[in-house]
Amino acid sequence: MTVQAADNAVVPVEKTGNLQFLRFAESIAIPVGAIIASALLFAVFLLLIGKDPIQFYALVWTGGFGSSFSIQNSLQRAAPLILTGLAFAIPARIGLTMIGGEGALVLGGFASAAIAIPLVSGGVPPLVTLPVMAATGIITGGLWVGFTGWLKYARGVNETIASLLMSYIAIAIMNFFVEGALRDPASANKPSTMPIGDAYRIGSIPGTDVHWGLAAGIVLAIVLWVLMSRTTFGFAARMTGGNLRAARAQGLPVGWLMVICCMIAGGCAGLAGFFEVAVIHGQANASLVAGYGFTGILVAFLARQNPIAVIPVAILFGALAAAGGVIQRRMDMPDATILVLQGMLFVVLLVSDTLYGRFKIFQVKATGDRT
Amino acid sequence: MDNAVLTVLIAMLGGAIRVSTPFMFVALGETLTEKSGRINLGLEGNLVLGAMVAYATSYLTGSPWLGVLAAGMSGLFLGALHGYICKLPKVNDIAVGIAMMSFGTGLAFFFGKPFIQPQAPKLDSIPLGDWTGNPALAQALQVNPLFFVGIFLAVAMSWAFRNTKWGLIVRMTGDSAASAKAMGVSVDLVRFLATAAGGFLAGIGGAFLSLYYPGIWNQGLSSGQGLMAVALVIFARWDPIRAIFAALFFGAAGAIGPALQAVGITSGYYFFNAAPYILTLVIMIISAGSKASARDAPGELSITK
Repeated sequence: MTVQAADNAVVPVEKTGNLQFLRFAESIAIPVGAIIASALLFAVFLLLIGKDPIQFYALVWTGGFGSSFSIQNSLQRAAPLILTGLAFAIPARIGLTMIGGEGALVLGGFASAAIAIPLVSGGVPPLVTLPVMAATGIITGGLWVGFTGWLKYARGVNETIASLLMSYIAIAIMNFFVEGALRDPASANKPSTMPIGDAYRIGSIPGTDVHWGLAAGIVLAIVLWVLMSRTTFGFAARMTGGNLRAARAQGLPVGWLMVICCMIAGGCAGLAGFFEVAVIHGQANASLVAGYGFTGILVAFLARQNPIAVIPVAILFGALAAAGGVIQRRMDMPDATILVLQGMLFVVLLVSDTLYGRFKIFQVKATGDRT
Repeated sequence: MDNAVLTVLIAMLGGAIRVSTPFMFVALGETLTEKSGRINLGLEGNLVLGAMVAYATSYLTGSPWLGVLAAGMSGLFLGALHGYICKLPKVNDIAVGIAMMSFGTGLAFFFGKPFIQPQAPKLDSIPLGDWTGNPALAQALQVNPLFFVGIFLAVAMSWAFRNTKWGLIVRMTGDSAASAKAMGVSVDLVRFLATAAGGFLAGIGGAFLSLYYPGIWNQGLSSGQGLMAVALVIFARWDPIRAIFAALFFGAAGAIGPALQAVGITSGYYFFNAAPYILTLVIMIISAGSKASARDAPGELSITK
């Protein structure tokens, strides 16, 4: 185990503020550098396949932020990414690599659409139905991911593989019901549950085309930041993530902390599923499996698992997704182009982890004795 | 009724032979990588990219075996990249695996788009069951040569781990990096080579998917088979021979759904689609925390800690 010089050095009290600032600057500079490096790398890739990188990035800009329409489109797509980003970031703080956000989103969305069927046909007003749907989505997602967290704690099952398997199972469960018992007979080509109907759809934030999922995501990100950084719970969780054995030795309820963090994560993803149903699709079908859960993993990594930082990063990826359609049409490129770009960024970002502590300008000059 | 049961059993046998091969290759590749003390969760990416490259190469050159080789090379590329990145300090190998999964599938979908429609030449199989006179059995016993290659590899690997210098070096690196260093072995180099070679094998598994069974290329070709094969390695307790049996078992389980459908039992089709995932999870729950698993695990492996 190599320890950075700055960790080891005895730093005078008046310099700790400086140290925090330098750490902060480093944690922004390196991911931004990784974004730039992967953008350049992707430009080389575009040149190799005979496409114009300048046109590509110009289209990303106009498609993502160029007009008020595209900004709203980007924000619209950022909403589920904030929530799935949180779904990865929160367990990561306690040391778990949970990649099951996709499954929790799909199952949460499906459960909220399913519980809406009797409520809508029974004429229950939207003001009651929608909160019930949201709660169902959150609870379903929370239990789903919480179960994986419990498996990790109780049985030592590798949570990364297990959470991805649970995603496949979640999608299979939705397909089972959507193509069987809960299928709307009118949905011939694309099996779906009964539509919840326009009266039950959630509208936009007044004056915009952006739906309330974005507001919910931002509020939740702030709340979770406070929870993880400013409360005893968050401290205990981060301590567990930092050193499991030390946390155990301190008598922290490690298992409960893990399960609760996973339930929060699943709840976030389930809420994203609810918004996808109540705003975008109006019913549950295969469109829920849109990859938001997987992009959320990348969002969380780029945000360095900080809930607040998840917000701007999610907007960036929302813009990328919004621009995807334009790029496909104008440049005649397959829809997987964005996947390649994201994959490259992911790889470069992880490589950049090796740079922390290597730049002198981010280090406090140690004046005391080294221990 | 007996007839239907027999049909299902024969279909499961055929399924076990056909479906197991990609599991076999990925699991063998992962066994090699994990024996050296590193985990590569990204073999799903190798599998999908390998499938696409094999299909495209076979279509463009007309030679499916060239496709198999190309698939292996694409897997080698991803594996080498993984191996190179993981030796940098402070880089988390689990996260790199996730990244390679998305990078590999992204590349495959990007370059594979033009090859979804065309028909590429497939790998031929060896008819081993014609003598039985039973058409269903004969069909089930159409065995692809790659199946035998996989079994041969497993036996060879198992032997090499025990009896060769190279096998000893890989095992030592996986069990104790410190002792490997003390012996003058470059831990980074051994793990790099083991990861690259593991990636090569996973790529060949992909070639089997697109060139033999199901024998098509599309974006839904592999849904988590690479991942399940990685989970299988833990179940097989890092033993190549046990990995073959685990792969056969998985193949049979995966064939239940289509086999039941063939005899007219269609209800629960989606349940049987989920069966391999549930089975993998159950197996992980059983094998995690078992004493035998803890004993056989390479000491340096982060996944079991």
